[in-house]
Amino acid sequence: MSEFLTAVVVGLGSGSIYALVALGFVIIYKSMGVISFAQPAFLLSGAVLVSLLSPSIGFWGALAVGVVGIAVLALGVERVAIRPMVGKAVFVIAIITIGIDIVVRTVAGAFLGVNPRYVGDPWGLGSWTVGGVVIQHRHVAALATAAVVMLALFLFFRFTPIGLAMRAASLDQEAAMAQGVNVGTVFAVSWALAGGLAALAGVFAATGEPISNTLWIVALVALPVIILGGLDSLGGAVLGGFIIGIAQALVSTYHRDLFSGDVAFLPELTNNLGPVTPFIVMFLVLMVRPYGLFGTKEVERV
Amino acid sequence: MSTRTILQSRPELYTGYGREMGLFNTRAKWIGVLALVAVAAALPMLVADDLLRILGTGMVLAIGAIGLNLVTGYAGQISLGHAFFVGVGAYASSAVAGDPEGRTLGFGVTFMPAWILAGGLAAALCGVIVAPLATRLRGLYLAIVTLGLVFIGTYIFNAWSDLTGGPGVGREAARPILLGDDLTRDSSYTSEQKLYWLFLVLLLVFALLARNLVRSQVGRAFAAVRDRDVAAGVMGVNPSRYKLIAFTVSSFYAGVCGSLLYVANRHFGAEQFGLLLSIQFVAMVLIGGAATISGSIMGAMLIAALPRISSELTNYATFISTSPVEHPNVFETEAVMYGALIVAFLLFEPRGLFGLWHRIRTYWKSFPFSY
Repeated sequence: MSEFLTAVVVGLGSGSIYALVALGFVIIYKSMGVISFAQPAFLLSGAVLVSLLSPSIGFWGALAVGVVGIAVLALGVERVAIRPMVGKAVFVIAIITIGIDIVVRTVAGAFLGVNPRYVGDPWGLGSWTVGGVVIQHRHVAALATAAVVMLALFLFFRFTPIGLAMRAASLDQEAAMAQGVNVGTVFAVSWALAGGLAALAGVFAATGEPISNTLWIVALVALPVIILGGLDSLGGAVLGGFIIGIAQALVSTYHRDLFSGDVAFLPELTNNLGPVTPFIVMFLVLMVRPYGLFGTKEVERV
Repeated sequence: MSTRTILQSRPELYTGYGREMGLFNTRAKWIGVLALVAVAAALPMLVADDLLRILGTGMVLAIGAIGLNLVTGYAGQISLGHAFFVGVGAYASSAVAGDPEGRTLGFGVTFMPAWILAGGLAAALCGVIVAPLATRLRGLYLAIVTLGLVFIGTYIFNAWSDLTGGPGVGREAARPILLGDDLTRDSSYTSEQKLYWLFLVLLLVFALLARNLVRSQVGRAFAAVRDRDVAAGVMGVNPSRYKLIAFTVSSFYAGVCGSLLYVANRHFGAEQFGLLLSIQFVAMVLIGGAATISGSIMGAMLIAALPRISSELTNYATFISTSPVEHPNVFETEAVMYGALIVAFLLFEPRGLFGLWHRIRTYWKSFPFSY
């Protein structure tokens, strides 16, 4: 039982990181109807920027500057490469974001260098043990941060004029424009928010260990999350993040028991299935519900 | 001169649908293609072996790019999972041709057409298995699912070490033995020359097959599904059926590409079939020009030449290091160039290299008028 609960805690920690990235994906999707494949790059650059800044201004200062910095970077990317393409096919914009991702990710990766880099977080690998359940500090911190961010986002969309404008634009862009909503601002804010969220997720994904060159894959694992939750559902992104995070942690923990050849109907697998669990869950869900658990079913007219 | 001959000598005047849809619908195209093939066939006698190797790789990649273009460019289904099918083709062909006594799985069928076809068919089979899920989805959902396919594929390739040699070890590629002559060994011609000719012939065959497919009823159905699948369904074109066909044919091309891609290197590992390879194929299709066969070939050649271009760049831009531990290095330059080329082409020339060629051609055709 304690093994199970430990896995659930790990899952909640990584799930909140997936939820943060997934929220960024959903915010961009709701505003422009595009999935931004540039999120992995922003995630990696966030972690790298914080690791560069934290020795001089401390972790919290670096976190704030890093998140704002990446938000500004995302704003610039949107302005230069995405804004001219508004109105073009969705697929084309998505592929442009792949191109941006490669460029930004390579440049950010170049700063990693040979020596291990740390984001300089105060948690490290420290943990509490409560009745046999290991609770790592960094997972609690990620969960708490995600909760605060989600509350802030909820208040932002609910009570600020720009949040209202974003909700209006996601419902009907033309009608929103006719009511005086500046759709350009909506695009810019959504990219900045998504960039900031990715950077924040990147920092929490990198806590405790040196930043790896493959850290960005965390953002791609968030793609099954948004498929699971539905591309246009903020609540779905959060719930999907936790489902995927916990499923992944459980499979990683129990892999050896399940796939050692002892259970008759399961094959023997030596490599841990944890890293690909999100994608397998995604396939299973899509077989039943092609628009995710909470996504809006498209109504097609000829 | 009768009216009929005058009419027929006018460019872009087709006197029937059959003429317009013809494989070589103008005489200039017919002559141009013949000349290009002749030059390509003579090239191994004129060009150094290291360049031939790049061109050969480009031609193999072009087969895969044509496959992706069939499903993405013509049928409009975004696939980021092409690397998976390339991997299936590579492993199936090397297993069929492999040494039965060897360290990894092998069946010892050294007859070349057999293992090339085996690679293609194995990948096509995977395409058929994946397609029912893919045909239910549309647009970006499909892109993400096919991306998931790459991750699951990499996991399977790493885990199935009897077939793939396991992570970091890899396995031998199939040996191209034609009429008792091993093409990877130098004889009266060098290995690069022989492989180049082999790849050229195969590319011509597969490009011609694809060109014929897209100008047939199936190709028109692909275009209908791409432009609006609901409308296509209303007109009596079954979208699921044609998406299935597009996926299957595309996977077959990917498998053939995979079976040949590592023949020159003789060795490959599971890490090759990651997301980067998929993105490279997408880059080939988009840089070359979506929904054009000749564009796919141009795009593949450019992508195959990029490593060489970025290493040549170090001679001019001395701040770029050739050592992988220093920054910026050639590998990073290469990666940045992929990204920058994709973005630049989509922003400035969405029809790709084919569009550039089209502009140049139109300029000279109507010279000295601007249109």
